[in-house]
Parts: sequence; C-alpha cells; structure tokens
Amino acid sequence: MKHRSALWFWVFVGPFAAGLALFTYVPLLWSVGLSFFDAQNTVTPTHFVGLDNYTAMLRDDAFRDSLKTFLVFTAFIVPTTYVVSLTLALMVNRVRWARAFFRSVFFLPAACSYVVAALVWKMSIFSGVRFGLANTVLGWFGTDSVAWLATPDPPWYWLVLITVRLWLQAGFYMILFLAGLQRIDPALYEAAAVDGARPGWTVLRHITLPQLRATSVAVVLLLVVNAFQAFDEFYNLLSDARGYPPYARPPLVYLYYTALGQGQNLGLGSAGAVILALVIAVVTVAQARWLKLGRTDADG
Amino acid sequence: MDDALVRAGRALRLAVLIALALLFLIPFYLLLRNGLSSEREITSPEWTFFPHELRWDNVHELFADTSVPFARSLLNSALIAVATTLGTLLLASLAGYGLARIPYRYADKVFYGILGTLLIPAAVTFVPSFVLVSSLGWISTLRGLIVPTLFSAFACFVFRQYFLGFPKELEDAAQVDGLGYWRTYWLIVVPNARPVFAAVGTIVFLGAWNSFLWPLVIGQDQSAWTVQVALSSFTTAQVIRLHELFVAAAVSILPLLVVFLVFQRWIVTGVERSGID
Repeated sequence: MKHRSALWFWVFVGPFAAGLALFTYVPLLWSVGLSFFDAQNTVTPTHFVGLDNYTAMLRDDAFRDSLKTFLVFTAFIVPTTYVVSLTLALMVNRVRWARAFFRSVFFLPAACSYVVAALVWKMSIFSGVRFGLANTVLGWFGTDSVAWLATPDPPWYWLVLITVRLWLQAGFYMILFLAGLQRIDPALYEAAAVDGARPGWTVLRHITLPQLRATSVAVVLLLVVNAFQAFDEFYNLLSDARGYPPYARPPLVYLYYTALGQGQNLGLGSAGAVILALVIAVVTVAQARWLKLGRTDADG
Repeated sequence: MDDALVRAGRALRLAVLIALALLFLIPFYLLLRNGLSSEREITSPEWTFFPHELRWDNVHELFADTSVPFARSLLNSALIAVATTLGTLLLASLAGYGLARIPYRYADKVFYGILGTLLIPAAVTFVPSFVLVSSLGWISTLRGLIVPTLFSAFACFVFRQYFLGFPKELEDAAQVDGLGYWRTYWLIVVPNARPVFAAVGTIVFLGAWNSFLWPLVIGQDQSAWTVQVALSSFTTAQVIRLHELFVAAAVSILPLLVVFLVFQRWIVTGVERSGID
C-alpha cells in the first residue's frame, strides 16, 4: 500500500518536477559551468579560463555601472510604489461610493504589458517633441519643451522610467493591501476610539500599519524581486534603431547585450549572471534581516 | 461642526480619488485616441482631445503592412498564451494535489526543491535557459517559447495550499466508493476547485500574453514573434509609422482587457489565497 502511494505520488508530481529540474536546475548548473570557460559563439566550450570571466566582469565599468543603476532604481521604485499603493488602498477602502469602480480603474494597468506602456510613455506622454502630452502641459505654463528620454543631466529619463512602472504595478500592490485591510479586526478601531484616539495619523500609525506588517513584508519583498528583473521598460524606452544609450542600463539589459547580442559571449554573460545572483542573494538576506528586526522592535 | 468637517473630508477624499482615477486612465485614452488618428494628427502641435476624424482605416493598414507580421504575431501570442495556461494548470494542479494529498516519505523534500526555484530570480536563469533551448534546437519555435515556461513553481504552490485546505470528506467518500487517486482527482477534486483554476489561469494567461524578455530571446525569426516583440520592433525601427504602432498596441491589449474584466474577481481572490502574506 505504501509502495503504491509512492508510485501515485510520482505519477502526479513527476512530470512537473522533472520539467522544473530540466528548465531551472539544469540551466543553472550549466551556467555556473560555462562561466569558467571561454564560450564565445558556442554552448560547448573547451577552453577553461578559471575565474577570468569573473575578474573581467568585475573590472568592467559598464557592468559595475549596471549594478549601480539597479541599486538606485530599486531605492527609488520600492518606497515610491509602497507609499502610492498603500495610499490608494486606504482611500479606496474608506470610500463608500463606487468602490468597485475605483478598485478596477487602479488595477486595470496590471493587464497592460510593459511594452505597450513604454510605447505610450515614449511616443505620447514624454515624447521629446512638441506633441508630447507632458511638453504640451509645460507649454501652457510657458515652459520650454524637455527632451525627456535624452536628458541624463538632470536625469529626466528617470522620471519616465519611474512613472511607467508605478502606473503598471501600483494597482496590484493596492489589491494586496486591500486584502490586508479587510483582515484587520474592526474592534481594534473601536477600542482606539474609546481610548480617545482621533482617526487619522494616530490610528494609522498605531493600529493600521502594525496590523499590515505581514502584508508590508510581502509587498517589499515582491517589489525588490521585481525591480531586479527590470528589463522590459528600460529596453523599450531607451533603445532604438541607433542602439542603446550608455546611461540607465540595468544588469539584465547589460547581460542581454553581452550574452546574446553581437558578441554572443555566453561565458562572460554567465559569469555576470552568477555575480548578479550573489548580489541579489546578499540584498535579499540583508533585507529579510532588516524587516525581521523591524518586527521585533515593534513587538517589544 | 464636527459633522460638517467629516463630510468635507469625505468630499475631499472622493475628489482626490476621481482625479487619480482620471490620471490612471489617461494612458488608455491616449492609446485609443492615437490609434484612431492619422499620423499627422498624432504629431500635430495643435493638440485636441478628440481627433478630428476617427480613422478606422488604421486597422486595415496595420494588417496590410507586410514589413511587420502583425497578424502572425497575434496568432503566435494566442497559441502561446492558451497552451501555456492549459499546460500550467494541468501540470501544476496535479503536482499540487500530489504534494498536498498523497502520502509519501520525501514529499516535504520534493516540495522544498520546488519552492526553492522561486528564490532563483528569472534574471539569473535566462542566459543558461537560452543556452539549453538553443542546444535543443528550439530557437524560433513555438515549442521553445511554450515548453520551458510550463513549470511554474508559483502555480504549483498556490494549488498545494488550496488543496491542503480542501474538505477531506469529499475525497474520503470517493475512496470508499473505490475510486483511486486518479479518478478521485478528475471526478471529485477538479470540478470542486474551479475558482482556484480560474484564478491561477487568469494570472498565467496575463503573464504569458505580456511576457517580453523570453519571446525576444527565443523568437529570433519573424515567424516566431509574439505581439509584444512585434510592437517592440515597431518602436525601435528606423522609420516609425505612429498611427500603425498605436492601433497595434490597442489591438494587442483588447483580448487582455476582456479576460481581465471578466476574471478580475478571480484574480483578487487568487491574490488573497496565494498565501503571500
């Protein structure tokens, strides 16, 4: 009988587990292997180069810049999305009229792809020429047009990158916060009212935010993980037929050009991927520690 | 006095919400407006809220333009999204059920092995996955675009959590009736688990339709382009035909908006049940 249930277990789980192993674990090991070889234009390299790919990658200014871009991008997008989506959730949660309508409107961009959103941002809202919406609005106030995506100093392209992601993902995190808000026991608010706490900032700080802690931890983790994967909007906003500007190239875009672009240097690209994985692991662990510390502080 | 304050606060909040809602809708409106305008109207400095005439011909022009295989890419995206959704639902639900309900000594270890892949960012595996797929000879094939994406640890995780909370009495009755695991699953469990299938299916469908990096890397020939890759090729081309570009983008989100509006409720429940908090 025990034997039979083991058999059935593998009938159910086997196909999935085998596929996952083939398409996740095998590539991962292969990549680590490739990173020690000179593998340009080939996936079956023979020339072992040890750590050369790693040292080359770490000495590469462009790669280091890409890591910096990603860190700055994360430092911007995580708190911004957190505040915007939490604010939306608090407002939608308290409004009585047309609540479902507002929820849908803010959630709707989640159905849109980064490619389509980048297109609207690049060709319509933040277009550098006169017909762009942002420049039209600036024109009403008598301000000169700005070449949004082509201006690295001051970094106007940054405003374009941040707003497109904010529009696309704020609604999704708002849904997570709304789910969290639904679970807060109303008795807590009643008790606070009896104790004379005025609704508003005090209640938000001492009841709502602590009660949302579990949701907040999940949201911040997801935001950081998603920021690591930033590719679509950078690629679609900044590259054109002439190529890609050197500023604002996050690691994934850089690896894409190194490993799969003109050079097809898969060994170097793999080394970059492994380095990126290590950086991500460090950031994730540090952040998990930090979030946990926040929790004990609040409880204690 | 207090009452008036509360009412004023409520009105203010509503006003802010309406303003924000309009702000969130602007990009959709621009997509539609530009998609139905002539190229000259889109680039006109004399900006009007409504175009002077709605140009439905843009749709014909888009499909008649042979430089970008838009119809083909729509078909590819539809095939990929449907196949990915059905395949993921089948594989992940079977695995989730097995992990949750079939006793096996190493079930926990297998589960952690699956869960562990969630910690590996896709960013890190895309180069080696490309290497694997290219050595299988699957570049520019629908197989290469579909098969590697079928094994979603996230979907498996959601199904497992859902089946753990599934009332056991239903299955016990089936076992008494002499149904094995296989028939219990198909005849009892699946029909009773429709909400979670709808939730996971919708999320997977949206993700498959919108995904960009993998199709960009694997779909190198035009014949294997997805809608997102085709759109992207428009924006990075030397000569950009703006009206075609915008109408193409509008066409590309239509099926999604339908799926999204019909299944929105399921996404919300799916998010709530995914156990991410």
